[in-house]
Amino acid sequence: MLGYIVKRILAVIPVMAIVALIVFLILRLTPGDPAAIIAGDTATPDQIASLRESMGLNEPIYVQFFQWIGQLLHGDLGTSLLSGTSVNALIADRIWPTLNIALLSIVMSVAIAVPLGTLAAWRHGRFGDHVVMAISVAGFSVPAFVVGYVLIKVFAADLRWLPVQGYRAPSQGMGEFLRHAILPAMTLTAAYVALTARMTRASLLNVLGEDYIRTAHAKGVKDVTVLLRHGLRNAAVPILTVVGTGFAMLLSGVVVVESVFNIPGIGRLTIDAVMARDYPVIQGMILLTSGIYVLVNLLIDIAYTVFDPRIRY
Amino acid sequence: MADVSRATTPGGGIARLLGLPPGTRIGVVPWIALAMLLFIVLVTVFAPLFSPHDPIALSPLNRLKPSSAEFPLGTDAYGRDVLSRVLYGGQVSLLIGVATAAIAVVAGLAIGLVAGFFRLADALIMRVMDAFMAIPPVLLAVALVAIHGASVSSVILAITFSEIPRVVRLVRSIVLSAREEPYVEAAISLGTRMPVILWRHLMPNTLAPLIVQATYICASAILIEAILSFLGLGIGTETPSWGNIMADGRTYFMLKPSLIFWPGLVLSLCVLSINILGDTARDMLDPRMRKREA
Repeated sequence: MLGYIVKRILAVIPVMAIVALIVFLILRLTPGDPAAIIAGDTATPDQIASLRESMGLNEPIYVQFFQWIGQLLHGDLGTSLLSGTSVNALIADRIWPTLNIALLSIVMSVAIAVPLGTLAAWRHGRFGDHVVMAISVAGFSVPAFVVGYVLIKVFAADLRWLPVQGYRAPSQGMGEFLRHAILPAMTLTAAYVALTARMTRASLLNVLGEDYIRTAHAKGVKDVTVLLRHGLRNAAVPILTVVGTGFAMLLSGVVVVESVFNIPGIGRLTIDAVMARDYPVIQGMILLTSGIYVLVNLLIDIAYTVFDPRIRY
Repeated sequence: MADVSRATTPGGGIARLLGLPPGTRIGVVPWIALAMLLFIVLVTVFAPLFSPHDPIALSPLNRLKPSSAEFPLGTDAYGRDVLSRVLYGGQVSLLIGVATAAIAVVAGLAIGLVAGFFRLADALIMRVMDAFMAIPPVLLAVALVAIHGASVSSVILAITFSEIPRVVRLVRSIVLSAREEPYVEAAISLGTRMPVILWRHLMPNTLAPLIVQATYICASAILIEAILSFLGLGIGTETPSWGNIMADGRTYFMLKPSLIFWPGLVLSLCVLSINILGDTARDMLDPRMRKREA
């Protein structure tokens, strides 16, 4: 098992290296001079020349790549062109609102989706199943920002129960945090619930066809117990996987949701950077989110081998 | 046997026409979805016939008008007719959906066939695909469009990049299981050239799942285009798309929420019907389902 875990961790290295290469090339394969693009339309040739020098653009491209990689390996994501502060500091400053809302949204999603998926599997082919599947397809089909605006319209503008936008840190009081975070989290939840409920249903349906489920029924175990203890526990692995892979979806969703609700997180940071053509910040954000995605999936894989006795490598 | 049951299955006409196994039942929902999708495609493709106004004609006197006989869905902040814009906007959104699905499937099929058949290429290709899958699709598209500028073609390419890996994985897994089949071994032992084996013997296995995958890509591309526009990175509003109509509506949302809700509703219904059709196709093509039916 330890051997597998080590191998799995080592497999992360080439993937992240290629992500870095892609991120590097996205900027460098741009037609035209990156320095001229970054300096903007008003820059003089002298300014562009000095920027070229300071960016190391006069070096051969592979030298530039390895210099950049060396910097990354020291944990340095570079310096923002717009504010002049380090990208690390910018991200550290902005990541907490994003993490708090993402976390709240995952908790809400699992709390909603797993019971829904279980219900669908239990009532397979009947009314309850159809309703859950309909909710799930709909969740995939509505853009997150439309969900967000519907929620704002209903709960903030019409009912006036919740604030329209903004963010309060949990340190400013849990109640205020939740009042501001609940609509953004619900917005993120829509697609995530759809995905997780579907997977719960499919995975549980697979398990419910097993012989030991019939045995349990034959022994006279109560339906609920069979469903939860014999069924759901064994269906947990694919559900956990989808919660993990859905994390990427959540990271994309954050960009939209923070824009709708005006939350000062890393999603807004990204959009501001894109608008200002602040390339180091864009690069840093892509590396960070990919890194989080890879890490989450790694942890889930390792969790299987540790917690699920059926999985042996 | 099969012929007997086929003859005696009532209502199996459509299923038989589509080459599906006997007894396959299609509920009423997919038909509604198909009708809805056809309706949306028709009214957008023939938008010039159905639009009451020019979608880009500015009319300062008619700013933010409510629904009326003249403007069925009202007007936007520039006095443009929302209904006409939604109809024309569908052209760009649907084009992006279909083109992305087509390019992603063709490219993914080619790469996946190679990855599935040549072990040497496989490791390298799959690591690259893993890397592309690790980057959140919206972020990748945002970065590409931000750098290369927003046009219909750059938006299509930007979305295609994050969809290709999913196609490659699918094709590769099918090829990996199909290449062990006796008929492929037979073809190899007969000295059939590699391109012929790939194209004639392995590719057909991937067609059905790829059609299903294409519907999902189309739906997701329409959504991502909307997100890009919404974030201010999409195609300029002189070419309406469902996304940029909603992006335009953001400023006036509190005053006139329908500027976001109408295009949002049409887009959602369109994506919903594509997804339902995709699900239906997947269920019907799933061999495990066939077994259950039998």
